[in-house]
This record gives sequence, structure tokens and C-alpha cells, in this order.
Amino acid sequence: MGDYTVLIISSILINNIVLAQYLGICPFIGTSKKMETATGMAGAVVFVMTLAAIITWTIDTYFLKTLDIEFLRTIAFILVIASLVQFVEMFLKKSIPALYAGLGIFLPLITTNCAVMGVCLINIKEEYNFLQALTSSISYAIGFGLALVLFAGVRERVILGRVPRPLQDTSIGLVTAGMLALAFIGFRGLV
Amino acid sequence: MIEAILFTLGLGGVCGVALSVASKVFYVYEDPRIAKVEGLLAGANCGGCGYAGCSSAAVAVVNGDAPPNVCILVGPENVSAIAAIMGSEAGTAEPLKSYNNCQGGHRATDRFVYQGLNQCSAVSALYGGKRDCQIGCLGFGDCVNACKFDALRIGPNGYPIVDKNKCVGCGACERVCPKSIIEVRTMSQRLLHLNTEDDALAPCQQTCPAEIDIPRYVTHIREGEYDSAVDTIRERNPLLLACGRVCPHPCEEFCRRSIEDEEAVSINQLKRFAADMEMNTGKRLPISKAPDTGKQVAVVGGGPAGLSCAYFLRRVGHNVTIFEAMPKLGGMLRYGIPEYRLPKAVLDWEIEGILNLGIDHHTNVKMGLDFDLGSLVGGGFDAIFMGVGAWKDYKLKIPGENLTGCFTGINFLSAIGNQEKVDIGKRAAVIGGGNTAIDCVRTLIRMGVEKVYLVYRRTRKEMPANDVEIVAAEHEGVEFVFLAAPNKVIEDENNSVAGLEYLQMELGEPDASGRRRPVPVEGSETVLDVDTIITAIGQSPDTAFRTPGTRMEELNLTRWDTIDVNPDTCQSNVPYIFAAGDGATGPALVVDAIGGGRRAARGIDLFLKGKPVTAQNRALLSQRHIPESIFTSVPGVGKTKRKPMPELPVQERIHSFIEADLVLAEPDALEEAGRCLNCCRLCYNPDNPRNAA
Repeated sequence: MGDYTVLIISSILINNIVLAQYLGICPFIGTSKKMETATGMAGAVVFVMTLAAIITWTIDTYFLKTLDIEFLRTIAFILVIASLVQFVEMFLKKSIPALYAGLGIFLPLITTNCAVMGVCLINIKEEYNFLQALTSSISYAIGFGLALVLFAGVRERVILGRVPRPLQDTSIGLVTAGMLALAFIGFRGLV
Repeated sequence: MIEAILFTLGLGGVCGVALSVASKVFYVYEDPRIAKVEGLLAGANCGGCGYAGCSSAAVAVVNGDAPPNVCILVGPENVSAIAAIMGSEAGTAEPLKSYNNCQGGHRATDRFVYQGLNQCSAVSALYGGKRDCQIGCLGFGDCVNACKFDALRIGPNGYPIVDKNKCVGCGACERVCPKSIIEVRTMSQRLLHLNTEDDALAPCQQTCPAEIDIPRYVTHIREGEYDSAVDTIRERNPLLLACGRVCPHPCEEFCRRSIEDEEAVSINQLKRFAADMEMNTGKRLPISKAPDTGKQVAVVGGGPAGLSCAYFLRRVGHNVTIFEAMPKLGGMLRYGIPEYRLPKAVLDWEIEGILNLGIDHHTNVKMGLDFDLGSLVGGGFDAIFMGVGAWKDYKLKIPGENLTGCFTGINFLSAIGNQEKVDIGKRAAVIGGGNTAIDCVRTLIRMGVEKVYLVYRRTRKEMPANDVEIVAAEHEGVEFVFLAAPNKVIEDENNSVAGLEYLQMELGEPDASGRRRPVPVEGSETVLDVDTIITAIGQSPDTAFRTPGTRMEELNLTRWDTIDVNPDTCQSNVPYIFAAGDGATGPALVVDAIGGGRRAARGIDLFLKGKPVTAQNRALLSQRHIPESIFTSVPGVGKTKRKPMPELPVQERIHSFIEADLVLAEPDALEEAGRCLNCCRLCYNPDNPRNAA
């Protein structure tokens, strides 16, 4: 049980996928202008990362490892994740329109997102069992959501400030993201 | 190696089959234009447009929520290709434009002195600004800094000025403004906005039933920008020529100048001045309208409410057809208001301008007779507006009122308005004290009747007619018989009127309306020697449109036979039927009908877009005022004379139906506009350069 607590805390805070591992920067910058968009995106990421982790772990364990063709891992994962997300998007659109309206529109944004891919590969590299892989991917997704929501909150305020013209918009966004990352270094001593 | 190839092929096959099956099974119909537009966007899913990726942006473009240039990455070729896809078809986004609400009177009392602050957001965080005004502009220009297109600057009066040509409607200024001074809205949103408690409203604008932005158009007139003044009025009132002539201007009651000065600013005369300016040039100003939505609305009744509703619906992009029972459009404006108050040529010109927006109309068709609800619904109309008016005169319920020589007010006026020959005698009595009664007596005078009496059961003080009208009737030689209740009509041998017998009254205790109730005096019967009697004691709607056996029978009516609607949205109990004007409120002012028509247009627009038809939050509905905006004193205002309205001399006007009231001359209008204090909610500006104070 203790292992899982450590895993959760380290995935959310210490090894935060955006602020410590620098993955998934494009949706992080792109969808953080409005708090509303940011929360929708965070929800979509949790959904996709969890699904992707389950399916890639299964494929890796039962096919790639048994057939001894691990060199195909990256290409297989890309294919599987992309198809999965497309499939889920179509399914939601038809069957659960309410859920689709909430987070479906963000799904295509993260079809081939590096954060999703990264988490799946981390799960394999760390040789997690199924439950650990599931826990770590949910936690990484929550960490992504946390960073995104925090960042959106800051950006909504920054627009009020008097930012010099060359630094406006994305530039000041990157500076802000850097400071957030610095702040997250403070969690290093936690475990 | 074989395993690797087989695995890759297998995985690819499984994914491909799964997706193609899914796309069949989970197929949802989507506008084909969405895919076309998405193909032209950058595909980077960068979110720079503010939407969640390229597909959402494409959906927004097709729904008309985003302009074709939404994508910040694609070049002008793709933008024009997208515009071509959307092109003539429905749903092209209406441009968003920034709009400044604060007029900047700068006379709200100062509360604090700040030092060293130079941003609106900072000042706003520190006790909300140095002035008392909760809503006013702080003037540090956060919006100017936020604008990336140089479309904003701080004007000489310390509030932002928008350059409409440069504004792209990105909304950056609205987001940074800590108050609601800068608003980015489409024209449709502005046209259908109702006054709310949070708006920057002068007392006159709060009072006007049509909610016209009075300080703004008076300012335009003062600056000599007559075209802009007309445009400003047209945002709220399409019948400015008519209203400028017949409106009893309730707004002037609340004019802040009248608190210190003897008379209010002559607001309505200024409206007429601007409107006449446009008509006299003979060139119509262009009226902008939103792209077509493809929705159809039937407007039943071409009076002021129907014309106003049709006009606003057309401007926001719906297709409108007006059905009118009389031979010409205009309703009471044409058939109830005599020529000398509103010349038919003027009304024709104004109505033509409204129809030029692309509004179809049919005349001489009556609901319930020539068409009914079924034919409208079957004819593809998505919503129906009922502006049927109140055309049924109340009866006196006294003996002999059906004799030859007896008329009812609206019947008489509409027959005259229709240029029919009416057989009247030499001596006439009009019963009633409202505007219809006054219109009847003044018409009779002009028709050459020797003696005209106006019989009213209370006194002059209680007469509901406009005071100017009463005074004009007095000048023209009408004899008023007050405190007289008609008892019976005296008959001669030819079944015609030989006289009117009435009882003298005296005023008793006040009744529910606060007016003292007249009580008859015993044995005071008096006979007026007249041969023509016109009854003008009020009207109610004619409910002949309720064809039995149709849904119209389900339409709820009030006990006054008016259509029972929600006053905020004008929606009836049948969701697609809306109503406003006299037919919904009972007899009221023209400007009430115009305001009602606009409220109904808002309700219909919400209904057609599938949004919930609800009242606007904190709307004032000209029923109440914002308490903090009502002053008891206005320091610094000196006394100035109002410019009198020019009139035709009595001798000239009583022999003809030529318009009696004339328009202000240009120098007088400019001076009168200078009397406006340029009020907002808390501020006003007596130091105006042209102010004669």
C-alpha cells in the first residue's frame, strides 16, 4: 500500500509529466488560456491516459514480450493509441453525447500526444505490473491536469498585468511555465 | 522476423477494421461543411484560436460563432476559401465589434485620491476606483494596452474610443476591463439587449419604453453627426419619424435638467429633427443586418408593434412576412392618428424603409378569415408574432347609441384615415378624455363641423390625453364639457341623433386608480344639441382571430381580451406564438408597442435558436428605475429656455389637415441638444462647451 502512495505522490508532484519531464507542452500552452478549456482538457487527459495505459501494457506484456519483438514497441503504441482515441471519440459522439460535449472535443487534440505516449513507455521501462501501471498513469494524468489548471489560473491573471509587448501572450506563458516548474522542484525532498 | 511482420500487419488490420466498423456503426450526421472547413484549417490543433482544436473551430465557423479568419496560422487564400464555403449560405459569423458604454460625463463625486497607480485592474482592486460610480470607466486604458490591433485609444474625455474599422472583435479589451465599460458584441446581441440594472443608463433611457440611448443620440446631434444620431435611434426604434411626431415622451419626465431648470431637454423634438433630416435629404441611410438564418416568422398585424418586431427580426437575420388586415401597413399610426399629427406621406416613407430590409407583406388579409394558424404553421413559419392591436371600441351601454349619426372613435378615425366618406352633421359631441377623443375632436374641427363638444365625466386634470394635445384642441375652438356622464341619445323622427342627454357629476372619493370618482348629481339632466356623437372611451382587441377548433382556442386571453403573455419575453402559453403591442397590453403608447415588438423579437430569436426563452437577467423593462440614478438636486445647472416647438397658426391649421406641429430649425436643435447634461448613471456634465447654462 505504501508503495502505491509513493507512486501516486511522485507521479503527480515530483515527476510531474509537464513540469518535471517536459512532455505534453503543446496542449499545455494551447489550452491554458481559459480555465474552462483547461478543466475540460484535464478531464480528457485522465480518460485517454488511463485507457491508453491499459491497452499498451496488455499489448506489451502479451504480444511484444512473448513474441520477443520489443523493437516494435514505439510504432505499435502509436498505432494503438491513435486508433483507440479515434474509436472512443466516435463511440462517445454516438452513444454518450453529453460526455462527448464535455470532453470529446479535446480527444483529437491528444491523439498522438507525447505525454500519453511518454506515460505508456514509462510504465514499461519501470517494469510496473498491471495495477502499478494503472495507478501511475492515472496519477500522471492528474498531475498533468493539476499543472494545466494552475497554469490557466495564472495566465488568466497575467493578462491583467502590464506585460511588455515583445513578451506578451505565449512568451510570457513560457516564462510563467518555467517559474511553475521551478516551484515544483520544491517537491523533490517529499519522498 | 516473420512474427514481427505478421504482428505489424495484424495490428494494422485490427485497428483498420475496428475503425471502419466503428465509423459505420457510430455514424452521426454532421454538416458536410464542417469537414470542408476543417480541411482548410492548419490542422495543428494548437488552440491559438481559442477553440479546442481544429475540429471545434470548424464547428464554430459553420455554426456562425467564429469568423472565417478564426485560424491564426492559415493564409488569406484559405480564409477566402472558408468564406466561400460559408459564402451565401446561412451562418456566416456576424462580426464582433467592441463598444464603449460609458459616455464619460465625469461628474460623479470623487471618493479617494490615488497616487502612483496606473492600471484599471489595480485601481479596481483597491476599493473600486476614485469615483462614486460603480459602473463608470476608470480611464487608465487597460483595454488600449490589451488591444493588439490599435483599435482603441483614450479619447479627450478620458474614456476609450473604438475604431470600428480596425476592431476585429477578439475580445481582449472586454476581458481586461474590470468594469463592464467595453463590451464586444455582435450587432444582433446589441439590438436585442434589454436595459438592465448593471448598464450605464441615464434616467431618460431607463424611462423610455423603447429603451433608446438618448444621451448618445443627443450628443451626436450636438456634434452635427446627424447620420449617427439616426443610427443610434434605429438601434431601438425603427419608427423614428412617427415617434418624433406623436410620442408623449415619458423620458422627458425624468430628465435631470428639469430638476433644476424649468423645462426638460426637448428630447422628442430632437429625435424628430434627426429623423426629418434624413427624410429631407431623400437618401436613406443604410441599415446593416446580420446574415440570413433561414428561419421564417409570420408577423400578424402591421402596426407599430408588428413593424418593430419584423424590423428587429429581419435585422438579426430571420425572414419575416407581415400579414395586415387593413389595405395598408401602419395600424393605428395610419388609421388611428389623424393626418395633421402624422402625415401619411411621412408614414409611407418610413414603412417603405423598413420593408426595404427585405420584409414581405400581404395586406387585406385577416387572421381567422383569409388565413389561420394552420395555414401559417403549414406554410413553414417557425414562429408567429401577434400584433393585432386593440380595434374594438367599448360601448357606452346607453339607450340610442346605435342611431344614425353615432360613431365609435376608432371606426371613425380609421374611416377617415382610409379616405372613406363619413356622413357627419354640423354639431358634434365626442365622449371620452383620452387621445382618441382628442384626435376625433380635432379631426371634426378640420372637417368643418360648426360646433364640437368634448364630453368627459371627470375634470381636465384627470384627462388621460397628452396635455399638449388638450391645449391644441382648446386653441382650435373645441368646447369641453367636464363632469358630464352621457345618459341617453335623443332620437328624432328619422332614427337619427337629435341630441345627447347627460347627467352632471361631482367628484367624490378617490378610487383604486387614485383619481377621484365622479358621482352623479340627482336631477341634473342636461341636453346638448348635437346631431353627431362619437364614442371614444377605450378599446379592446378584436378576438376574431381565434378560429374555433384550432390551437388558437388554447391561447390564453386576459379578462380584458388581450393575449396573455409573459411581459419579459412576450411568449404566450403556445410556445411558438408571441404577442406585444395593444393586443397584449391593452391600449397604450406607440412607443410601448415599439418596445414590446423588440422584446418579442428577442423572445422569438431565442426560441428560433433553440435556446430557453427566459427573461434577461436583472432587466428594467422601463417599469422601474435604478434608485441611485434618481437625483433630487443637480448642482451647477443654470436656467435656460427650452426652444419652443414651431406650430402652424390656428387659423391656418383648422381648415386643413396639413401637419400642425413643425420641426425645429437646425440652430435651435443644436442649442437644444446643448442643454443635455450628458448624464450617465451618476455623472452629468454641465460644463459642456455648447451648454447655455
